[in-house]
Amino acid sequence: MTGTTSESGLHLPRYLREDPALSTPVGFAGYRSTGLRAPLRTPVDLPHRLTEITGPVLGEDRVRPGDADLTLRNGGEAVGQRILVYGRVLDSFGRPVPDALVEVWQANASGRYRHVVDTFPAPLDPHFDGLGRVVTDSLGRYEFMTIKPGAYPWGNHHNAWRPAHIHFSLFGRAFPQRLVTQMYFPYDPMFGQDPIFNAIPAAARHRAISRYDLERTQDNWALAFEWNIVLRGTDQTPFETEDDGDVA
Amino acid sequence: MSVNPLDVPDPTGPYQPRSGRRGTGFLDGPLQLGPTPSATVGPYLAIGLTWEDGPYVVAPDTPGAIWIRGTVSDGNGDVVPDAMIETWQADPDGRFDHPDDPRGAVARPGFRGYGRSYTADGGRYGICTLKPGRVPDGDGGLQSPHVDVSVFARGLLDRVVTRIYFADEAEANAEDAVLRSLPDDAARQTLLATPGADGYTLDIRLQGERETVFFAV
Ligand SMILES: [Fe+3]
Repeated sequence: MTGTTSESGLHLPRYLREDPALSTPVGFAGYRSTGLRAPLRTPVDLPHRLTEITGPVLGEDRVRPGDADLTLRNGGEAVGQRILVYGRVLDSFGRPVPDALVEVWQANASGRYRHVVDTFPAPLDPHFDGLGRVVTDSLGRYEFMTIKPGAYPWGNHHNAWRPAHIHFSLFGRAFPQRLVTQMYFPYDPMFGQDPIFNAIPAAARHRAISRYDLERTQDNWALAFEWNIVLRGTDQTPFETEDDGDVA
Repeated sequence: MSVNPLDVPDPTGPYQPRSGRRGTGFLDGPLQLGPTPSATVGPYLAIGLTWEDGPYVVAPDTPGAIWIRGTVSDGNGDVVPDAMIETWQADPDGRFDHPDDPRGAVARPGFRGYGRSYTADGGRYGICTLKPGRVPDGDGGLQSPHVDVSVFARGLLDRVVTRIYFADEAEANAEDAVLRSLPDDAARQTLLATPGADGYTLDIRLQGERETVFFAV
């Protein structure tokens, strides 16, 4: 049972781990920067105790007006293909994760980031900074209006290009649910040669790809892509019923 | 001898519905969805993840405020200037402001529990916080004061997780179940922040000799 104590200690939820065969490894040979950065020793199992079953509760105070619409910055409209990116944040049992902070960042339509390190000779857009923030609603839904990011070159190997993607950062409810990831677009021709995409085990790659959604496409305005994000779930529900049985 | 994938055996037993509720539209058990795979934060994380107050778990003029500082370095011993550290911890009374704490959520005004720091300053991170109190370990004992840490960087396809303990808590550290589970003292040393003039120092080594102990969470 959740939320009870007994003489033997505290009864705490346990966040279930994904099968390692379906999780992105920390290091991947084709992605050269992992070579000196990914730890080489086997990580030690950390039992889920109070510090792990909790996490920062970050809400509306982190979001400013306009953060959900990346197409309007500096008093003007960004250049590029307008897209609605929307979906739900769920746990692995299909339960919505409400009131969760979602942070996104991305390149502009020409594939350039507004960042000092990015020297790709493609134009910056004075009306695009590439930053968005929203908090999920009571059903775990989020929604951004943005610009479809361009592909961009990077130094990993000769003529290396990243498929178009949007970076996502989510806190979820507790420390094990913390997730930083990237959303891709369907049928990107750059998938085949991108080691960051291909580091995801083949059977799980579809989870990182959004779905074109004609239904939500806005007539004469914007295309729409749906992407549901799934965070790890616990073996206990917050609403356990009596027939769940075992006596704590 | 190779197996012909089209050579499907005939079922031997009678058809058995998997549950009495089959066909009612309800699922037998909880819906199982595959978790979204992680990806690297990449080199441009500062665009999306910059908070002006990120390093301040508490304001620096808070009584008892300390800095925890250190470098992040790679397998060559070179500093990593494009990483991000995130911290999560209990308050000095060992409490969390979170609804899942079975002892009840306890808010401490001005204390967020969470910190976020970049290593753009020469591979150095810094978090201004209060020293955490001891927290029950769930088995009748107490954990030693600790801070949970996530490290994100270009070149890490997932975050790596470690903990900060405090070298001047020798007695509590000796009782801590997580520290005791580590193979040897050299491993424990990689998690111990050493006290100094205005706080503590702990370097994080992603790889190599004296690689920091990382946890599977
Ligand atoms: Fe990127």
